[in-house]
Amino acid sequence: MFSNPDLQKLLFGRLTLDAVPLHEPILLVTFAMVGLGGLVVLGGLTYFRLWGPLWRDWFTSVDHKKIGIMYIVLALVMLLRGFADALMMRAQQAMAFGANEGYLPPHHYDQIFTAHGVIMIFFVAMPLVTGLMNYVVPLQIGARDVAFPFLNNFSFWMTVSGALTVMASLFVGEFARTGWLAYPPLSGPAMSPGVGVDYYIWALQIAGIGTLLSGINLIATIVKMRAPGMSMMRMPIFTWTSLCTNILIVAAFPVLTAVLSMLSLDRYVGTHFFSNDLGGNPMMYVNLVWIWGHPEVYILILPAFGVFSEIVATFSRKRLFGYASMVYATVVITILSYLVWLHHFFTMGSGASVNSFFGITTMIISIPTGAKIFNWLFTMYRGRIDFDVPMLWTVGFMVTFTVGGMTGVLLAVPPADFVLHNSLFLVAHFHNVIIGGVLFGMLAGITYWFPKAFGYKLDPFWGKTSFWFWLTGFWFAFMPLYILGLMGVTRRVQHFDDPSLQIWFVIAAFGAFLILLGIASFIVTLVVSFLRREELRDLTGDPWNGRTLEWATSSPPPDYNFAFTPVVHDHDAWWDMKKRGYVRPVSGFNKIHMPRSTAAGIILGMLSIVFSFAMIWYIWWLAALSFVALAVVTIGHTFNYARDFYIPVDEVVRTENARTALLAERV
Amino acid sequence: MAAHSTAAFTADDFKGPGDTPVFHDAQGKHHPEGGTMLGFWLYLMSDCLIFAALFAVYAVLGRNYAAGPSPKDLFDLKLVALNTSMLLFSSITYGFAMLEMEKEKQGRMLLWLGVTGLFGLCFIGLELYEFHHLIHEGATPQRSAFLSAFFTLVGTHGLHVSLGIVWLVILMIQVQMRGLGDENKRRLMCLSMFWHFLDVVWIGVFTFVYLMGVL
Repeated sequence: MFSNPDLQKLLFGRLTLDAVPLHEPILLVTFAMVGLGGLVVLGGLTYFRLWGPLWRDWFTSVDHKKIGIMYIVLALVMLLRGFADALMMRAQQAMAFGANEGYLPPHHYDQIFTAHGVIMIFFVAMPLVTGLMNYVVPLQIGARDVAFPFLNNFSFWMTVSGALTVMASLFVGEFARTGWLAYPPLSGPAMSPGVGVDYYIWALQIAGIGTLLSGINLIATIVKMRAPGMSMMRMPIFTWTSLCTNILIVAAFPVLTAVLSMLSLDRYVGTHFFSNDLGGNPMMYVNLVWIWGHPEVYILILPAFGVFSEIVATFSRKRLFGYASMVYATVVITILSYLVWLHHFFTMGSGASVNSFFGITTMIISIPTGAKIFNWLFTMYRGRIDFDVPMLWTVGFMVTFTVGGMTGVLLAVPPADFVLHNSLFLVAHFHNVIIGGVLFGMLAGITYWFPKAFGYKLDPFWGKTSFWFWLTGFWFAFMPLYILGLMGVTRRVQHFDDPSLQIWFVIAAFGAFLILLGIASFIVTLVVSFLRREELRDLTGDPWNGRTLEWATSSPPPDYNFAFTPVVHDHDAWWDMKKRGYVRPVSGFNKIHMPRSTAAGIILGMLSIVFSFAMIWYIWWLAALSFVALAVVTIGHTFNYARDFYIPVDEVVRTENARTALLAERV
Repeated sequence: MAAHSTAAFTADDFKGPGDTPVFHDAQGKHHPEGGTMLGFWLYLMSDCLIFAALFAVYAVLGRNYAAGPSPKDLFDLKLVALNTSMLLFSSITYGFAMLEMEKEKQGRMLLWLGVTGLFGLCFIGLELYEFHHLIHEGATPQRSAFLSAFFTLVGTHGLHVSLGIVWLVILMIQVQMRGLGDENKRRLMCLSMFWHFLDVVWIGVFTFVYLMGVL
């Protein structure tokens, strides 16, 4: 392109036209489809003149409800990408036997399993959890927003930037071929000189900032902003699990930041933290990354436990059995999650005493977790159970997750782990707990709180269809992997020689197909419910006869959540209010103090993408420029002191009167 | 967040006339406390964990000299003692600035903040001099795992102090523009916590890296 290669290097770093994978047919088709889909969406937004509202009411909004919804939208979009990766892997492994090499060459297959893991954990599970917490926690504690509303918007856009950075690797360059935790020396400069690991590092660093700040934000919210009367032991269980999860985030993510920074220094500067020579120690990376990584799995599962606790009490029409023990179990799990990281690499060879310590602490976690399962069972016992869709997910979870928990205890036995380490048994185990636990929990939570967020319920027929496809799909997809793992098949293999294994991979691929139908049914649920929204409308604000404060306000709630701050006397505050004849106030409203929208979050997020892209491709001038721009916008934002405004009384009166009229119509 | 009204929500507000339970705060008495101090403290603790990880790495790699120079060959304790005193003085002067802030004496507070910033700059200057000297002698971060860990731990701390100085300058401008309002006082408190935190971390660096390395 340029006659002078130095100039090209100065302008574009190591980015050349070859980085766009025009020679890969699979990627070209993806490219075309994403391009087409993008055009349709952008065209639609322009045609319906939605850019203005989208910018004003959503992108720049600091409303925790809107940010929560945007997190979940991000997660669902990324779920499609991550699941496409899963389907490709299942198809490859089902066909690549003997002479058949399958359709994915190793260097492509390795990128796919890495991207699948990274996307599913960081850009599906995390935004689902953060989104749900963002939406629900302030409502459950009777607050009007989170403690730091701007920070919340900023955190969201940092997460989006991380996701977009991963997506960019699909079309410009490549993604890491190292597995989702990028162990050195494989991820070091010698073995992975390309841009893949750099995409990985920068995507996670940027998204990690967002996650950490949102963790701090929600802790401050829960600790400082609860309604009067809501002592710690009167907090809803979902709020409790959110508190513990966010404590884990704040206590774990800095370690990830540190370890990835050191990996970057090894790659960019040539230091020797994790190299094999000059005194480096690769196992230190593995230790540090799991000191973050093990708490991370509890960061994901605890909110799911919280969701199930809310649902099981609501749909059994009973108080949750063992509220206090549930709280203690959550706290114990929070603490223990820091004392088990070494079980991810018993094979490191740290010796019998170290391995038995970590094996035993791991097994101990099953005690508080078991206590939770029994609490849910006892809540259902002699309850009047309604098997609505959220409850189906809950029961499906209890059956599935228990199996995953038991295989986890099995893996916690070091001698057994030496046999099963890095086998498909492990892959089956963690999918068992993450799909059967986190994902079922999040889908249950979305179904449960959807009417609160949008004012109408999700269609139960398609919801049930989705549930049954997911459940059966999960069992078909992962039980064969347990069997294969016991037979000694290792993970991350692109081709097999032994034809007797093939049948199990075919069954697993069939399971993945069922899950595809489950995802499709979920999308159909959203569409059908939207079309039938008038029939499914929730006018009461309390469609499930709920127990906690989010059901005390309208569906969807007004910007200010509650016209008057609720006063709490019991841990099922709204149930208590209903039982004791609470009458909704219809007059005496005041103006309400609220935070103001700002564009700083999205601007910083987009600049971060430019910065990380420049760093990945060694385009130093652009990196410097975007870094300066980031600093200028950040500092500029601190000069903006107009952070709040008042919703005038007439507007509050108008909103509340409309609701009064709606409620009167119903009676 | 909210402007404080005179009345606060108290224990008496939970019951209405004739002991009927009150289910909403009709007078708008309830004002959640500001969470900024807690939030910033949480941030500091997360930052502390980054340093904890770097200290742990130094503990693991700190003796992996790879046949290169060791702390005894490299560190000049006199220089480090001078450097440490700069940072400790800067913490004291920041404390003086906060005392002036409590007395609402803006000019004197700005003066002390300026002194703090100068001490901070001295600290950074001495640190850069030390780094320059080490690199000049061939003790670069690429030489051994010990030096990688050393430069990263000390450099991360230095980066924090530099950021603190930038923040300090911005706050001085903002105080001059808008005076000592609630917001600016809150920001000064946050920077105060940040500054003292870095001081504490430096005590760890001084002891663990320099003293234990040489003595």
